[in-house]
Amino acid sequence: MTRLAHGGLIDRGRTLSFAFDGKTFKGHPGDTLASALLANGVRLVGRSFKYHRPRGVVTAGSEEPNALVELRTGARREPNTRATTVELYDGLEAASQNRWPSLEFDALSVNRLVSPFLGAGFYYKTFMWPAAFWEKVYEPVIRRAAGLGRAADTPDPDHYEKATAFCDVLVIGSGAAGLAAALAAARSGARVILADEDFRLGGRLLSERTVINGGSALDFVASAQAELSSLPNVRLMPRTTVFGAYDGSEYGAVERVSDHLPAPLPFQVRQRLWRIVAKRCVLAAGAFDRPIVFPGNDRPGVMSALALATYATRYGAGAGANAAVFSTNDHAVAAALDAAEAGLKLDAVIDVRPALPDALAARAKALGVRLITEGEVVATSGKCLTSITVRTPRGSETLAVEALGVSGGATPNLNLTCHLGGKPVWREDIAAFVPGAVPPGMAVAGAVAGTFGLADILAEGTRLGAAAASDTGFAAAPAPAPQAESTPTGFKAFFHVKGQGTKGGPAFVDQQNDVTAKDVALAHREGFRAVELLKRYTTLGMATDQGKTSNMAGLAVMAELTGKGIPAIGTTVFRPPYTPVALGVLAGHHRGVDFKPARPTPTHAWAQAQGAVFVETGLWMRAAYFPKADEKDWLDSVNREVKATRESVGVIDVSTFGKIDLQGPDVGVLLDRVYINMFSTLAVGKARYGVMLREDGLVMDDGTTARLADDHYVMTTTTANAAKVYQHLEFCLQVLWPELDVCLASVSEQWAQIAVSGPRSREVLAKIVDGIDVSNAGLPFMGVAQGSVMGGVQARIFRLSFSGELGYEIAVPARHGAALMQALMAAGAPFGITPYGVEALGVLRIEKGHVSGNELTGQTCARDLGLGKMASTKKDYIGRVMAGRPAFTDPDRPSFVGFKPVDRSARLRAGAHFLKVGAAATTQNDEGYMTSTAFSPTLGHYIGLGLLKRGPERMGEKVRAYDPVRGGDIEVEVCSPAFIDPQGEKQRV
Amino acid sequence: MRITCPYCGARSSHEFAYLGDAAPTRPDPSAPDAAEAFHAYVYERDNPAGPMDELWYHSAGCRRWLKVTRDTRTHAITAVAFAGTGEAAR
Repeated sequence: MTRLAHGGLIDRGRTLSFAFDGKTFKGHPGDTLASALLANGVRLVGRSFKYHRPRGVVTAGSEEPNALVELRTGARREPNTRATTVELYDGLEAASQNRWPSLEFDALSVNRLVSPFLGAGFYYKTFMWPAAFWEKVYEPVIRRAAGLGRAADTPDPDHYEKATAFCDVLVIGSGAAGLAAALAAARSGARVILADEDFRLGGRLLSERTVINGGSALDFVASAQAELSSLPNVRLMPRTTVFGAYDGSEYGAVERVSDHLPAPLPFQVRQRLWRIVAKRCVLAAGAFDRPIVFPGNDRPGVMSALALATYATRYGAGAGANAAVFSTNDHAVAAALDAAEAGLKLDAVIDVRPALPDALAARAKALGVRLITEGEVVATSGKCLTSITVRTPRGSETLAVEALGVSGGATPNLNLTCHLGGKPVWREDIAAFVPGAVPPGMAVAGAVAGTFGLADILAEGTRLGAAAASDTGFAAAPAPAPQAESTPTGFKAFFHVKGQGTKGGPAFVDQQNDVTAKDVALAHREGFRAVELLKRYTTLGMATDQGKTSNMAGLAVMAELTGKGIPAIGTTVFRPPYTPVALGVLAGHHRGVDFKPARPTPTHAWAQAQGAVFVETGLWMRAAYFPKADEKDWLDSVNREVKATRESVGVIDVSTFGKIDLQGPDVGVLLDRVYINMFSTLAVGKARYGVMLREDGLVMDDGTTARLADDHYVMTTTTANAAKVYQHLEFCLQVLWPELDVCLASVSEQWAQIAVSGPRSREVLAKIVDGIDVSNAGLPFMGVAQGSVMGGVQARIFRLSFSGELGYEIAVPARHGAALMQALMAAGAPFGITPYGVEALGVLRIEKGHVSGNELTGQTCARDLGLGKMASTKKDYIGRVMAGRPAFTDPDRPSFVGFKPVDRSARLRAGAHFLKVGAAATTQNDEGYMTSTAFSPTLGHYIGLGLLKRGPERMGEKVRAYDPVRGGDIEVEVCSPAFIDPQGEKQRV
Repeated sequence: MRITCPYCGARSSHEFAYLGDAAPTRPDPSAPDAAEAFHAYVYERDNPAGPMDELWYHSAGCRRWLKVTRDTRTHAITAVAFAGTGEAAR
């Protein structure tokens, strides 16, 4: 056990039980999975990606490259979870990844023996030949060997949601700089959000023994948190990772609402996706502890020096029974001495510098910690670390230690500053990249800005927090910054231990992707020297940690090789997300049936009660057909519905059609300009079928528009194009012709509309109207009547026919839609009135030869559809000029006709292409294609509609309908698209 | 991205539908060169790197067509006005 005797921000009074790889351990509230594992002496936590080398915890934060585990089990199993960010809870279960058969003994660790062949670029060099082997042999083997964790294989049982927050100042990070900035901004009255990915506010202050305002750093954190919590203008968001900066000062964040619990509480979400709209942002994301590249630096037990210190001071966990620190800078030495004070057995501090500041040297002496100056660690040994070899100008020696903390200085965590294209800039004085251009509205404070001394960090946070608030109109009297002693910030730029070859083991640059210093050297030899090439050739920085800790090491090694210095190599830019974001939280509620909203029609419940089978058309749920118990399949039901409509009367909800109300003195002018035919001449009380084009001359939509009064029309559009047509009309009115006096309103949702079709439809309608004359003379074909039905319900009755039968569409306010359907069913009962769905609707319109969505493809012009004669020559309209282009008037263009199979028992399929009989099936011989097909119960065989080259001139000709996808190849006869009642007599009776 | 609608105020770009370049104007259909002019109006677009006037439609808001001046390099929006009338804000 390496739990220290006392101390740490853990609740030692309570014990939590958890399991790792099936073994049970104990931890405390306040632990992470990583700290609890270390406290239990578990140092080996995973196997590396390529070489299956044993690996341990190396950081104490979200930058962790190694300690990736599968968390939870069953449907909640979550792969590649960083043990360093998992808050311990009672009953937690985790498993190591990428090992077989076990973590202790991994068969694939033999990869290490062949590692000379697995170097950078080995995929490209090795698996070139034979090409056919790639998919069948190489890729499956590599995937099995290289995979990380396994995702759950059953649906996620948890809920996720999305939310938006607005604030004046967003502070990202709650360390010294973040707390100072939040306090300064909040005291001015600005709305402040303080977000931190940790479950506890404080950042590095939780791990270091510094003095602020005369008290401990922990006291400062507690008082700052208390003050911020007490202010109504502040929202504290711990467990919240701001993962992206976006245009318009928007930030994406994930709040881990329930990840610290075994399962979310009832009615609580697992995670919440935040869109934070912030007028100003202070980024106080701190810095990463930079690794040093040296032989054997990936052995379990070797970790970041600041992490080693954090585990000791914050978590009361020793990373080993004894430890040493290998450092280049004062900060790491001070943190290590803090850890020694907290009870970690720190045997030695090995520093590359010739001397340390007197204060630190004195502190080390007082604590009994040996100082080895001008020292470098050149080798390590043990499966988990047992000893290190230290080289100094005075000679070499071996130290027996179980943990080695390594610190090569600070790498500012500037990830978010790059998201809008900002490029980091090199600062030679601190040997680090700092933010260059930052997103608009963002300021950077503290270590991320390259400011390292605690007093300076607090002052900068205070200043930038106040400035951000002031920018948003909250100018407060400048509050004093929290006061602290100046912490030492001395360092030496040192990245890479050289001169020992590989005797001490491979020197890793990127532990997550198993990239070594040798791989970087290979990339250099082979010419992949630019940073973007280095990255892609070696995969450096391309793992799930995105190179947070490894990029700098790789750049430094390459810079040595080229002799040009780090700024000449450049740095890769960071893109969102900062850390991986689960797809579940990005989807939010939008999955399964809630993937998109559903629009039920006004008669939905009634149709459900009738046993309707529904189909989604856009967002709408429409009845497809109404099966009866004795029908063997859907076609039986559809045939019955069609026959009943043709022979007696059928009824269907057509509320889904778009309905647009147009009022004003200029409606007629507008309609004349958007439709190819005339509408200003339409008589009041009449409806007309219209076709509208896009400006490029292709058909946009069709529908009937009725004139209810001189200055009042109501337009119908197809279901699919309702929103598009409305937007188009608004464009015409606002952009093209703002002088027209017309008001538009979409009334699709306000009116229920039900079509009654069939020879008995007038008799049914007559029973429900309140004294409206529905005789042929009183309400002729294409006539419109307004009045009431069912004893006082406002109604519009349109005598229209999509089916070709005598028909009416009755519109009532939507809330009366279901009642209207029931009234029609009751009134029609003596005639056997039959509800029909969109399948039968389609059959009826194909039999009648009406065009629909299958024909209005956005690639057809009015002439193609046999509607060219409708086009007025007396006016201009949208699309007129472009529809006159030669290609659109070419007589060879495929045009709209009907088709019957020569063998009447044959099935037609939409999508079949037409060829001359005897012509080879080549693209050159293609003469068009079948757009719509249906079995016609009226005619007793399949019928089709389609576009055929010079179609209308070829009535009676036999052509080949060729459908290679489904093996169809039959002869069809060209005919009129109107299979029934071509003269249109039935609809006019 | 956020767009400040002159009618509704600052809103998420998700509420808007994008059309494109606001510069082309519908040609005179009766002009002798109408065919060429319409071809240019329908198909020909500049692709500037820098400030550009664009048409956006506030589909999930007030349903006004807007002329938005956006820098295509930075997405910075410097002006928003009603399209057609050019009225900036009331």
